[in-house]
Amino acid sequence: MSGEPWDGRIVIVGASLAGLRAAETLRDEGFTGPLTLVGEEPEPPYDRPPLSKQVLLGKARAEEIGLPRRRKVDARWKLGVRADGIDPVEKRVLLADGELLPFDRLLIATGTRARPWPNPAEARLDGVLTLRTSEDAARLVERLDAGPRRVLVIGAGFTGSEIASACRERGLEVTVVERGPAPLVGALGGALGAFAATVQRAHGVDLRCGVTVTSLTGRDGRFTGAEFSDGSRMDADVAVVALGAVRNTEWLAGSGLAAGPRGLACDAGCRAFTMYGIVTDDVFVAGDVARFPHPLFEYQMLALEHWGNAVAQAEVAARNMVTTGPRRRPHLTVPVFWSSQFGLNIKSVGVPTFSDQVVIAQGSLRERRLVAVYGYRGRITAAVTVNQAKWLEHYQFLIETAAPFPPTTGAANGIAPAAPVPSDVPDPQLLSHGPTVALTGHLPDRRLTLVPPGPVPSAIPRP
Amino acid sequence: MQIVVDLNRCQAYAQCVFLAPEVFELHGEETLMFMPTVPDDQQERARRAAAACPVQAILTGEQAGPGEW
Ligand SMILES: Cc1cc2nc3c(=O)[nH]c(=O)nc-3n(C[C@H](O)[C@H](O)[C@H](O)COP(=O)(O)OP(=O)(O)OC[C@H]3O[C@@H](n4cnc5c(N)ncnc54)[C@H](O)[C@@H]3O)c2cc1C
Ligand code: SF4
Repeated sequence: MSGEPWDGRIVIVGASLAGLRAAETLRDEGFTGPLTLVGEEPEPPYDRPPLSKQVLLGKARAEEIGLPRRRKVDARWKLGVRADGIDPVEKRVLLADGELLPFDRLLIATGTRARPWPNPAEARLDGVLTLRTSEDAARLVERLDAGPRRVLVIGAGFTGSEIASACRERGLEVTVVERGPAPLVGALGGALGAFAATVQRAHGVDLRCGVTVTSLTGRDGRFTGAEFSDGSRMDADVAVVALGAVRNTEWLAGSGLAAGPRGLACDAGCRAFTMYGIVTDDVFVAGDVARFPHPLFEYQMLALEHWGNAVAQAEVAARNMVTTGPRRRPHLTVPVFWSSQFGLNIKSVGVPTFSDQVVIAQGSLRERRLVAVYGYRGRITAAVTVNQAKWLEHYQFLIETAAPFPPTTGAANGIAPAAPVPSDVPDPQLLSHGPTVALTGHLPDRRLTLVPPGPVPSAIPRP
Repeated sequence: MQIVVDLNRCQAYAQCVFLAPEVFELHGEETLMFMPTVPDDQQERARRAAAACPVQAILTGEQAGPGEW
């Protein structure tokens, strides 16, 4: 294959942000062959970040958050249909409606879903909700509109904290319960976690850290309250379970791919690994479901639940799907994300959990305007700004150039930066919320299972 | 017409807020909120706002998905 554009059949599973941007990029790259997008949700692609922000605040309706397209993609859309498996030998995707979709190249962009409340009977109580989809958001808004006496949020990660913020802005009483020592601590570490706790309390959140919910109680099938590990209990009308995300990889169980609870492993070019750690050349991965090695973080596999990563990785994956050899590109973007809560604009660049120390390089916790810089073994690995977004680009450059930590310059206010302190990134196992940035080691998958000799495992029973 | 703002890129310069106040608003000091579905009578303003954004963070376009023409 030389300069000719690649042609064949392409299937994309997962028709959300990553799937859509990949489809557009394929066409931009000159791909003219048949393209099919398969998505379990019935809605055309929509934008999730507003679900916990504009939508909960009543500024936009859950049905009105569709993503604009960048261009026409001239694709066949199979929406409202789940993919149930892949036959890696025959190169077909098995759909829940029975269709077998043949592909020459496949992109897996199935993202994540909300981690459900572990007790199924309690999870079914009327008034116990999660927040991942537009349907979830519509349900939650309806509950909030009804004026509940108290909302219980379980888990103080970004989603849980944003929900709590929206509740307070609507004047609703809210209790947040987090097993870890502070909100956001899984993604931002101890110093900013303590800051987030102060902010939440100042906004009237009843925040309880170091506590778990032991049971959700109900009457006649309706949620009425919860019991906590410290022996206390509380009445509430709504519970939002914000325990982090689960990667949608179960459907890949028989595919022979390196897919597990931490995601589907791929190389820097977005090509999926098989469970033997061999890279494929026809199956690609992008978005929240992917784990990929990053040179700035010692080639550990990163799993990111970030809007910006879904877009950037989709673009690289799509390009690599229709090119070969040296024209392929690596996905090396420095991770970035934002969150808005309690009137604060929190932005991050790099990987704050890849750190041993942190320093407030500019501003202060008291002013609620600051830049926290994270370092690992003497180099800068991340920065988080609170209402100081203009500094992000500067620190991105320092991260990319492995500048020394603690940073020497940048104190625009003329005050010498405070001394670095340990970054106190807790073991995610000890938290209610899942960190949205996870370092997941070097191996394609730790959960290697031995397969008996014989035909390659396949999800599709063959006659 | 739909819009989405790349809020990683947005610097809260607020040009968009000035040009299309019914579509964009600053929520707090530097948090931009936007209305993803733009009402018909605001489309021209939203388009102008997108063109004026100094970091080109605003994307406007038809709803993505089936039924494109
Ligand atoms: C409430 C909320 C707030 C957020 N706020 C922010 C924020 O402020 N900043 C930020 O950076 N990020 C934020 N995010 C994260 C961001 O939305 C995600 O990173 C992004 O949606 C990832 O896109 P994706 O396409 O990889 O996956 P997803 O959006 O999860 O899409 C995956 C799609 O695949 C479908 N699917 C799954 N399994 C199958 C199957 N077997 N067959 C067919 N289809 C399947 C799913 O139904 C889904 O539609 C937020 C997310 C949520 C939920
Ligand atoms: S004009 Fe651009 S940078 Fe300024 S607030 Fe609007 S989107 Fe953000």
